[in-house]
Amino acid sequence: MERVVQILADAVSVGSLYALTALGIGLIFGVMRLINFAHGELITFAAYTLLALFGQPIPIMLFGAVSVAIVLALITERAAFRPLRNADPTTLLISSFALSFFLQKLLILLVGSRLKGLDFLPALARQIEFAGVRLQLLQIVTIVVAIVLLVALTWFLKATRLGLHMRAAAEDFRMARVLGVRANKVIAVAFALSGILAAAVSCLVVVQTGVVQPRMGLQLVIIAFVGTVIGGLGSLSGAALGGFLVGAATILLQAFLPPDLRAFREAFVFVAVALVLLFRPQGLIPARGLKERI
Amino acid sequence: MTSGAPLLAVSGLVVRYGAVNAVREVDLDIAEGEIVGIVGPNGAGKTSLMLTIAGIVAPAAGTVTFAGRPLGGIALEDVVAQGIALVPEGRHIFASLTVMENLLLGATIRHDSRAVAADLDRFFGMFPILAERRRQPAGQLSGGEQQQLAIARALLSRPRLLMLDEPSLGLAPLVVDQIYALLGTIRAQGVTILLVEQNAERVFGIADRVHVMSGGKFALGGDAAEIKSHPRFDAAYFGVRMREAASEP
Repeated sequence: MERVVQILADAVSVGSLYALTALGIGLIFGVMRLINFAHGELITFAAYTLLALFGQPIPIMLFGAVSVAIVLALITERAAFRPLRNADPTTLLISSFALSFFLQKLLILLVGSRLKGLDFLPALARQIEFAGVRLQLLQIVTIVVAIVLLVALTWFLKATRLGLHMRAAAEDFRMARVLGVRANKVIAVAFALSGILAAAVSCLVVVQTGVVQPRMGLQLVIIAFVGTVIGGLGSLSGAALGGFLVGAATILLQAFLPPDLRAFREAFVFVAVALVLLFRPQGLIPARGLKERI
Repeated sequence: MTSGAPLLAVSGLVVRYGAVNAVREVDLDIAEGEIVGIVGPNGAGKTSLMLTIAGIVAPAAGTVTFAGRPLGGIALEDVVAQGIALVPEGRHIFASLTVMENLLLGATIRHDSRAVAADLDRFFGMFPILAERRRQPAGQLSGGEQQQLAIARALLSRPRLLMLDEPSLGLAPLVVDQIYALLGTIRAQGVTILLVEQNAERVFGIADRVHVMSGGKFALGGDAAEIKSHPRFDAAYFGVRMREAASEP
C-alpha cells in the first residue's frame, strides 16, 4: 500500500513538471501558432544560472533563474520570432528548432557539454511522513508549486484585462487587434509567462536530478510537446492535462511494467498517444474557434 | 453633403492581392452624421475597401484620411483609437469568451471604467438579450444575437465612424429589420455609418447616399433616392454581375 502511494506521488509530481512545461509551450502556441522548441533552452539556461549563482543565498539563485528565463524568452521573441510573425507556421516551427540548436551550441561553447553536478536545495530530498506514508518532500513541493502556478495563471487569464486580451488574441488575433488589443504587448507577456514557467520547471528538475547539462531542456520539451498535442493544441487546459498524463504515464509504466519491458516504457507511452490521436484527433480538450493567426 | 471637411476622405485608393486588382482608384467622402451605403455584387471590392479603411489591408496606392489625419502607416491596433470601429463580415465575435467579455474587449482602448460601466448599462437596455446572456459563451448566441453583440462591441469604443460589412448576411428578414432599426438609433446618437451590403433594398431604406460598386470601381453614386430610381442602377449592379457570372468557369 505504501509503495503504491509513493508511486502515485511520484507520478503526480513528474506529471506536474510536464504539465508546467506543456503549459509554457501551449501559451505561446495559443497566441502565435508557434510551437516553440526553444522553450527547452529557457529551462536549460535557468538551470545554468543556478549553477553560476551557486553559493549565493537561495532567493538570489531563484530570482536569477527566473530573470534569466524571462529575459531570454523576451530576447528570442524580439530577435527570432517577431520578424517572422506573418510567416507561415512551418517557418516559425523551423526557426524555433534553429533557435533551440543555436542556444544549445552556444551553451556548449561557453561551458562545455559535460554534465555538471549541482546540489541545489538538498533539504528537499528529505523523506517526510504524510498521512502515515513516507514521501519525498520534493514531490510534495513540486505538486504544490504546480498547483500554485496553475491557479495564478488561471487567475491572470480570467480576472485581468491583459489576460482577457490574451484569450481574445488566442481565439482571433486579427479581430482582437481591430478592437485595439496590442499584438506586441500580448505576445511579449505570453513569452514572459512561458519564461516563468520554464524557470519553475528548471529549479524543480535540478533539485530532483542534481545535475545540469545542455540538453536537459530539450528532452523535457519533446515529451511535454507530445502532451500538448494529445491535450489539444491551442487549449491551455488541454496542454496542462496532456502534459500531466504523459508525465504520469511514464512513471506508472516504469513502476508497473514487467522488468524486462521497462526499457521500452517510452514506446508504450507513444502507443497510448497514437491511440488517443486515433480516437480524438483534436486532442482531449479541443481548442474552440481557432482562427486567424495574426 | 454638409459643408466643411469630410470625416472620412478616401482618395485614389487601389488594393491589390497579387495580380488581382480588388479596388481600382476609388474616391469616397463621408460627412459627419451621414449614413453612406456601398452596394454591389459579390467580389466587387466592397469588403476590400472597408478592410483598407480599417487598416487590416494595406493599400497599393491612394490615401485614407480620417478627421483630417492620414491613416497611412498607422498600426492596425491604433485605428480604433482614431474613432473607427468595424463590424466585420461574419461578425468575428469571440465564441469561447462570454458575452460580457466580448463587450469589454470592445472597450479595450478606454480607461474610463465608470463611463464604460454606464455604457454597458445603456447597451443592456438597448439589447436585452445580451443582458440576459451576459455570462454565457458568445458562441451560444443565435446569428442575430451575435450580430447585435458585434455592433454593441464596436460601439463600446465610442467610435465616430461605425463600419458594417454585410450586417444582414445569413439572418432572417425579421432579424434584419431589427438590426436596421438599430442602425437608425445609432445614427440618431451622432455616429456616422458606412454600410456595405449586397442587399441593396435594405441600404436604400436607411442610407443618405449610396455608391454602386462593381469590378473594383464606383459605377454610380449619389443620393439614395436618386440612385434607387436611376435608369443605370440595374446595369451598374446586375449587369456586371451577369457578366462576371458568365466569365466564371
